[in-house]
Amino acid sequence: MKAASGITSRAHPLWLVYLLHRMSGLALTLFLPLHFWVLALAMTDPARLDGFLHLTEAGVVKLAEIGLVFLLAVHMFGGLRLMAMEWLPWSPSQKTLAAGAAALSFLIALLFFLKAI
Amino acid sequence: MTNDVLKVTIERSSDVQDVFEVPAFESQTVLDVVSWVQQNADPTLSYRFACRVGMCGSCAMMVNGVPRWTCRTHINKVLDGNEVTIGPLRNLPVIKDLAVDMDPFFDKWVAAEGVHHGALTRDDPIAPIDEDSAPRAEANAGIECINCSVCYAACDTVAGNPDYLGPAALQRAWTLLNDAKDEGRAAILDAVSDSGGCHNCHSMGSCTAYCPNDLDPMSAIAGLKRETAKSFFKRGR
Repeated sequence: MKAASGITSRAHPLWLVYLLHRMSGLALTLFLPLHFWVLALAMTDPARLDGFLHLTEAGVVKLAEIGLVFLLAVHMFGGLRLMAMEWLPWSPSQKTLAAGAAALSFLIALLFFLKAI
Repeated sequence: MTNDVLKVTIERSSDVQDVFEVPAFESQTVLDVVSWVQQNADPTLSYRFACRVGMCGSCAMMVNGVPRWTCRTHINKVLDGNEVTIGPLRNLPVIKDLAVDMDPFFDKWVAAEGVHHGALTRDDPIAPIDEDSAPRAEANAGIECINCSVCYAACDTVAGNPDYLGPAALQRAWTLLNDAKDEGRAAILDAVSDSGGCHNCHSMGSCTAYCPNDLDPMSAIAGLKRETAKSFFKRGR
């Protein structure tokens, strides 16, 4: 039986975006110490770093990297969204236009970047 | 109408749920369903309503997990098959059955300085209001609040922090801050930047998503965040 005070009152876009932003932040926080540890290997144990970097050729690691880029993108745009929403006294339609323009610019820049590499 | 009988589950307390079979009628509201139960099945059922036209803000309840004004919610819009679950409003202490204690909600309204701060007396001329000014547009956007507490029930920040003033009280503070007739600017900014104030808001947006009058408390709270921050950087408080 569905409780009247159940979770359905949260199933709307703004709340889901909020959740995605916080969860991506948590995941990135967990990833960062590992990231710095691997970077530190360049100073402490270069041979081990090389061995680790060979790992990145594996498909599974590549897939994980896509996830990482997704987390970074989601978190960055989530933060920009939050700052725009709370700090710019614009009307909702102005914010939609600004977000659309930013997304379009990002897409064009990304296409250019993909062509370049 | 495909079903002649509605299966209505009413939460009487956190562990007691009663199921009633209610005849379906055309243009039936959730409040009509609750009233039918009270008048025909169980006269001990307690609930609250007054105007039945969406003005008084007293009949809000949780309907299938969503806070709603029951007098303006057609049962057809919320039925799950022919079933519906109705409970007392979230985030407020239950008095009995579907009636909640609204005192915390209105106490916070006052704590957010949601009261008139006048500087004129009856002998002064009435202050002129420029209907087209930007602050007046901000104030007008929030003044149709009927104090139904739907936003307060929808808010997860209220659920997690009992001291948080909540969307309705903060929106009221925002309308007064923008009201040319109100002289309480310093008091309001102090009240809404306190520990239970506007900076607790995580902009989850449930208040704006569920406000039955289509108001936007989330943006009003964002306005308070801007004004309190400006005040902090300019005056150090």
